Amino acid sequence: MTHRPTSEQELADIITAARGPLSIKGGGTRPIGRPVSGEALETGAISGVVDYEPGALTLVARAGTPVSEIEALLDTENQRLAFEPMDHRTVLGTTGNPTLGGVAATNASGPRRFSVGAARDFMLGVRYVDGAGQIVKNGGRVMKNVTGYDLVKLMAGSWGTLGVMTELSLKVLPKPEASATLTFQGDQWQDAMKRAVKSPYDVTGAAANPHDRTVHLRVEGFDAQVSYRARQLTEMIGPLGDVSVETDAKKNAALWAGIRDVADLRDRPLVWRVAMAASDLTGAFAHALAQLAEVDLRYDLGGGLGWIGSTTDDPAALHSKLQQLAADPAITGRHGGHVTLVKGPMDLRGSAPSFQPSAPAVAALMSGLRAKFDPSGILNPGLMT
Amino acid sequence: MDMPIPNAAVISAKAKIVRRLRSVLPADAVIDDPAETRAYECDALTAYRCPPLCAVLPASTKEVSDVLRICHEEGVPVVPRGSGTSLAGGALPTADCVIVGVARLNQVLEVNYDDRFVRVQTGRTNLSVTGAVEADGFFYAPDPSSQLACAIAGNIAMNSGGAHCLKYGVTTNNLLGVTMVLMDGTVVDLGGAHLDAGGLDLLGVVCGSEGQLGIVTEASLRILPKPEGARPVLIAFESNEVAGACVSDIIRAGVLPVAIEFMDRPVIRATEAFAKAGYPDCEALLIIEVEGSEAEIQDQLDRIIAIARRHDPVELRESKSADESARIWLGRKSAFGAMGQINDYMCLDGTIPVSQLPLVLRRIGELSKDYGLGVGNVFHAGDGNMHPLILFDANKPGDLEKCEAMGADILRLCVEVGGCLTGEHGVGIEKRDLMVDQFAPVDLDAQMAVKDVFDPKWLLNPAKVFPLAASEARRMDTRKA
Repeated sequence: MTHRPTSEQELADIITAARGPLSIKGGGTRPIGRPVSGEALETGAISGVVDYEPGALTLVARAGTPVSEIEALLDTENQRLAFEPMDHRTVLGTTGNPTLGGVAATNASGPRRFSVGAARDFMLGVRYVDGAGQIVKNGGRVMKNVTGYDLVKLMAGSWGTLGVMTELSLKVLPKPEASATLTFQGDQWQDAMKRAVKSPYDVTGAAANPHDRTVHLRVEGFDAQVSYRARQLTEMIGPLGDVSVETDAKKNAALWAGIRDVADLRDRPLVWRVAMAASDLTGAFAHALAQLAEVDLRYDLGGGLGWIGSTTDDPAALHSKLQQLAADPAITGRHGGHVTLVKGPMDLRGSAPSFQPSAPAVAALMSGLRAKFDPSGILNPGLMT
Repeated sequence: MDMPIPNAAVISAKAKIVRRLRSVLPADAVIDDPAETRAYECDALTAYRCPPLCAVLPASTKEVSDVLRICHEEGVPVVPRGSGTSLAGGALPTADCVIVGVARLNQVLEVNYDDRFVRVQTGRTNLSVTGAVEADGFFYAPDPSSQLACAIAGNIAMNSGGAHCLKYGVTTNNLLGVTMVLMDGTVVDLGGAHLDAGGLDLLGVVCGSEGQLGIVTEASLRILPKPEGARPVLIAFESNEVAGACVSDIIRAGVLPVAIEFMDRPVIRATEAFAKAGYPDCEALLIIEVEGSEAEIQDQLDRIIAIARRHDPVELRESKSADESARIWLGRKSAFGAMGQINDYMCLDGTIPVSQLPLVLRRIGELSKDYGLGVGNVFHAGDGNMHPLILFDANKPGDLEKCEAMGADILRLCVEVGGCLTGEHGVGIEKRDLMVDQFAPVDLDAQMAVKDVFDPKWLLNPAKVFPLAASEARRMDTRKA
């Protein structure tokens, strides 16, 4: 059976009355983590923009509001969601309509993450229903707010396991007047990427394909700013290889949407996401990976994010090896890192933790929080563990 | 301001507690002489004072862990302390508590330019983090005005902001990972040098938890390449409404300055008398700063000036040199000192939606008349974070209480128009009892449930953040046990 509440109160009543697990979905475009068996609970009908103040850079909308509707509204004021939430439909082959609640619950972000932040950094306030059916609010709709604990961050990326979000306040930003993409090609691609993200030229995208030794770099801003920065960057990395500059807005938008959605790896049956300090990921981790298996690797966030695609016939072995590498002090030292299975067969998702297991003391804190927020264990139980 | 009645059992066990602490720390790291514990009796909210049972100054994560384990076993409340610059009473002791100061945890552990982060011990001051990397062209962005003195530990506890967060965000947006000691002595690593959490974002809830979830001993902080340059413009208006509209228009036009500072007439007059920065005598003054290369700066300033001219400013002064920039910033930077010359003052910290600015300033003016206390406004206008300064005379009986009542009215007004009680200073004891004006009991319960998980015995900074009545059952449970 599928519950489809049309209001926060109706949602609270459903959760209060629930006697077993609920499988919580926004648009259902991101089937990631341990599959949840139970009644489906969809938030898509709790929808609509509540408040939008372009001069204050803030927007309040209900969780079921489609991302496309929000983007269209922001566009009328020449503003945007600067964290450019990833659309998982491309790589997962799902259909449906991504919602704001889904973006928040999965902390879905894009290539601008290392420059402006993730969904978590743009979430100012939240309303949610916890596992006991209580309606809770936290944060607000102002940009600076340290009143009490920041449960907004805790809800971001909690994949529906702590509460079902019903309303979100977001910080939005102006769209830039212009953008340019520099494409670098050459053996010294790693050095080129490293130098660019360390420069003062405000690079807002830095992605690489190690197989064809290509790096894409994005700069955005006013016309004069963009041409100046593109010129400075070209001068800086030009001596290392070939550089070309694209300033067509449509072409650039399509290129970065493809990078955001990992379009390159859409045909692979297995896809993992790796978060690590760039030096560790492009260094020791990539080196160990090369010894392992036939895999495809792409970098985003200046090398701080990796996407691994594979066609191996032993997914379970590769999955466990990848998570071992991320936890290996010889690979990441004290910097840490994590590997998440984003795309894989149901049996693998059911038998192994898709999310990187935490150290025992940290895992105990997480399960302690779940026991408080969802005392009967009915909200997407087990999805993240 | 009420504080809980100290636990007599703890106070009478002082000798044993001090002896146990001495067994795990160097002799000079345990301070129990009443003449010396007095140094820890308050933070920057000096109206409230209470010497602690004793104070300890551990120099490693291991020592912090040993101290907390002992306090946990003995049932002793612990109040963590950074540099003691909290304006909210976040580090105010109780007579039955052990102060754990992080002053000796001051090392830089790793500087990593390729991955753009530094790992430091958290007793290090905010400004000295930038100091460790600026020769190589990097900086740490959050810049609370106490940055010369305040510790990273306190910045993390309060999720500190600063003048430049319109562009760079606050502490939580610049914090990658921490090593933290839980109340029972367990050491945990949250986050690391990478972006975003692999599981639940515990780091996100630890940042801003006011020292109630654990003591952070090490932190990985994002550092950014320094911009090529920065220059401000000063714009004066004859009305607050017009200044507010100008700010909104600038933001809507897509210009994102690094800072938009606002001062009203009482503050302008006070700073002129004090610092002689040459500000015009007007109702509202904006200082707007932009960053980038020289050409980028000029381009952005031209856009800002064009918008400002449409609002008919009484004066508009664009800095053309480092010297002129310094003069424009001089008054703003001495504003608090200047107000202090006139009288004692209390600095508030509410945030409001920017669109409510004219209404809120008018209502503050009315409250000022009603209470008979002067008030000046100086704040970060781009993000709506207000700092009304209420003037009072600490030597005049009843004046402090009157000032606190007026402050509470202003903060309730912030909540009423859709804002919040505190934008960057934290709740501490100062705004603790106003939390019920912003949150329903169920909202506060959800927050306290987090503390239940991290600190089940409610020993860490227990009398802060939550109204005493709301937290009483939890705090007293521990005492009975």
